[in-house]
Amino acid sequence: MADAALRQSSAPWLLSLPSLLLFVGLLAVPMALTAVLSFHVFEGMRGIQPTFTIANYVQVLTDGYYYELFLRTGLMSLGVTAICVLIGVPETLILAKMRPALQGTFFVVILGPLLISVVVRTLGWQILLGRQGPVNSALLSLGLVEEPVRFLYSMTGVVIVLTHVLLPFMIVAIWSALQKLDGQVAHAARSLGAGPITTFRRVVLPQLMPGILSGAIIVFTLAASAFATPAIIGGRRVKVVTTAIYDEFLTSLNWPLGAAIAIMLLIAIVAVVLGSNRLVELRFKQVFA
Amino acid sequence: MSTMSLRGLSKSFGNVQAVNNLDLNVEGGEFLSLLGPSGCGKTTTLQMVAGFLPPTAGKVLVEGEDITYVVPEKRDMGIVFQSYALFPHMTIAQNVGFGLEMRKMKRPQLQERVGEALSMVRLSGLEDRYPSQLSGGQRQRVAIARVLAIRPRVLLLDEPMSNLDAKLRGDMHVELRALQRRLGITTILVTHDQVEAMTMSDRIAVMTGGKIAELGTPQQVYDKPVSEFAYRFLGQTNEINGEISVRDAGSATFRVGSASIPVEASEAPQGSAIKLFVRPERLRICPVDNSKVKGKITTRLFLGGVWFYDIDSDIGRLRVSAPNLGAAQADEGETVGIDWNPGDMQIATPEVANG
Repeated sequence: MADAALRQSSAPWLLSLPSLLLFVGLLAVPMALTAVLSFHVFEGMRGIQPTFTIANYVQVLTDGYYYELFLRTGLMSLGVTAICVLIGVPETLILAKMRPALQGTFFVVILGPLLISVVVRTLGWQILLGRQGPVNSALLSLGLVEEPVRFLYSMTGVVIVLTHVLLPFMIVAIWSALQKLDGQVAHAARSLGAGPITTFRRVVLPQLMPGILSGAIIVFTLAASAFATPAIIGGRRVKVVTTAIYDEFLTSLNWPLGAAIAIMLLIAIVAVVLGSNRLVELRFKQVFA
Repeated sequence: MSTMSLRGLSKSFGNVQAVNNLDLNVEGGEFLSLLGPSGCGKTTTLQMVAGFLPPTAGKVLVEGEDITYVVPEKRDMGIVFQSYALFPHMTIAQNVGFGLEMRKMKRPQLQERVGEALSMVRLSGLEDRYPSQLSGGQRQRVAIARVLAIRPRVLLLDEPMSNLDAKLRGDMHVELRALQRRLGITTILVTHDQVEAMTMSDRIAVMTGGKIAELGTPQQVYDKPVSEFAYRFLGQTNEINGEISVRDAGSATFRVGSASIPVEASEAPQGSAIKLFVRPERLRICPVDNSKVKGKITTRLFLGGVWFYDIDSDIGRLRVSAPNLGAAQADEGETVGIDWNPGDMQIATPEVANG
């Protein structure tokens, strides 16, 4: 009896043990180590000293350079998120109106960017966006620009490429909200006297908002923590928080400072996510209750 | 009190003719039901009336005005949907006021009309709730209040009761019918539930294959339908295949195998194969001596209010129903007689082939 009860109460734990070990070993421990590292002292000649200090954080919080870095990262992520919303909403609505057979095909197309290795994808973009690349050639021959646009090593290029890879997350999030939408609701609004635009603005869009906001959280988080795209497309010129961390670790070898910046980035992202979650809950709790 | 007519209304999807040259006139203030099994074209018809679906051919007229190609928002029709289609992000008051807001009604008047509509469906006091906080029955009342608030020319009900439990559905039938009569609003109900159609309607149009098979008051379509489809679709019926063996001026004899029964005079010529229909409640169990046919009870079912007997008789298997009046009942295996009034054995016109 007692044995059975014991076995029953320990079963969930035993079953989740493998994933728990994986989680602790691969996520919690490295993060804890990073946090510990961020409080260590770095001396140019002697390297990392296991002495407790908050100097790294003081440095990040007092130096305008880091503010600029965080601001640039934030604006970049915000821009990517906004463009993803602007493209994602109509794209999802068009997708929803397609015949089921076509929907499957286009879902693969939309999820395409996620199926390709980040390096291949980014290098591909590098060719496309180059000074003599197809995009610039097209713009020049159409007479839209006088001289080649500088996409590479510019914020424009980074935002374009990040939008490309993060858009699928937005679309999937909006798609799931759209699936919960009662198809007759739009008809109801029309029959009550609302035109197509009013119906979309007053009835459809508010019901998609939870999806849009959760998609926005995903996109923002991934954009703010993206490394490969800003590093390859942005290069040295467009420095964001992640590339700065990379530089501290691998160029300056100042691991504690890099760790401190990483922890600050983590805190900033968590704050944004929790804040938006709260907004969603307060504003839209009725929609899917 | 708007009249409405459908003239030669048709809709095809590819090769499928969903609605086929439908003609229908709805009187002002009338409650008319489109009744039929799924796929009979009733919902497609409603969609065309509401303006959500353009017809392939034909016209929709309201008070003589052609609205066939008018956009839904300009039709002034109130639709109660199967799913209720309430706006989940709006309060009950905002839901009910939405149509008035679209009509640019001023705030005080709007609030008054919302209150009025909510009190009509007995939901006063729930103005600030959200749809998710209401029960299924209450949500349906909100959906009704929302369309009554705009005082539509025509009310369209699209299977509005199918998400309610049986008891509540019965109550809502009575309540909605009373409300409709009181407001005198022209109403079209689309349903596959014949009880619903019968309890609420002034007239019922029984639909099949995109056409109206039968049109009349509930009593007409149940008691004296002209189509075989209506006989089979509405309630229960006994179908007897045979032929007219003797035909006189005032009467005829109908023969099934070796047995024959008297029937009322018919148009059908002597010797022609026809079908007879009779409702189970129009057959009576009686002593064998003064019966028209006799048979053996194979199954007896007790349903509370009525008894059902399946009887293997001389003219085939018959189902007979008898009200439960507390009297002793014939048992399974017993041989009994069956009697009926001559007019209750009816000859229906054969199915019209669907073109």
